[in-house]
Amino acid sequence: MTLHLVYPVVVAALLFAVGVYGVLARRNAILVLMSVELMLNAVNLNLVAFDISLRDALHGGQVLTLFTIVIAAAEVGLGLAIVLLAYRNRQSIDIDALRTLGEETELGEEAVK
Amino acid sequence: MTGPDVVFVLLGIVTIGSGVLVVTTRQLVHAALWLVVSFGALAAGYLVLTAEFVAWVQVLIYVGAVVVLLLFGIMLTRAPIGRAADLDSGNRWAALAVAVATGALLVTVVVIGFHGVRMELCDPGSSPCEASAGRAGVLGSSIFRTWVLPFEVLSVLLLAALIGAIVLSRGNGREAVE
Repeated sequence: MTLHLVYPVVVAALLFAVGVYGVLARRNAILVLMSVELMLNAVNLNLVAFDISLRDALHGGQVLTLFTIVIAAAEVGLGLAIVLLAYRNRQSIDIDALRTLGEETELGEEAVK
Repeated sequence: MTGPDVVFVLLGIVTIGSGVLVVTTRQLVHAALWLVVSFGALAAGYLVLTAEFVAWVQVLIYVGAVVVLLLFGIMLTRAPIGRAADLDSGNRWAALAVAVATGALLVTVVVIGFHGVRMELCDPGSSPCEASAGRAGVLGSSIFRTWVLPFEVLSVLLLAALIGAIVLSRGNGREAVE
């Protein structure tokens, strides 16, 4: 049984593009975290596809995928703790509104609106 | 197109379609539920690629833990349950342009680079390529022989993330007393 390598790789590329759109276009912090998860999954699919395709004797691709999944779980845990802290302090998780650490530029707040 | 080709393309369409719904839906809870569909279809795709153990870990950790954690976050931030108007930020069209450019670039490069390359999928029963099937036993011996040092480093990282999350969500001592 054979499979074209290009199918998993193209699916991974499109999934990554969807994740990029989500990170840039969403303003709710939890939705941004979900989009980051989509991008991480695209990378995982690439790792698994090339591991199977190249017949890695050490299974580096699949093992690295497991490691990435664990790191993603830790990242979501920490990210949600930060989001909840921001919500507790400001009653809002609107990313566009969290500008306390931002530099003052000539564009200012109007450019964001 | 062989059988695995057809199955993988269908699963890929489901994965990307529900991914698009995650980033475009107007309801927060629905986004988390479409994320389950996307991750589930991707796990099935791993099964087609004969990476069994990765598929089950994907189901356990992503569908089981990460999505539940995200739903907890949605509930704890008192998000509106129905349709919410302001989930997209103002730079949506710029984001769409960047995403389309990224997708077009990546797809062009990988299609030029890998079109026509076929990968041999192992039949788990057949003996010559039994070792390269992604079964738990094979992957486990690989993790605990070759990759044991990164594995231990990862356990330290998980511990650090656990402590960090506790410290962050505990707040400072005064709030706890009040």
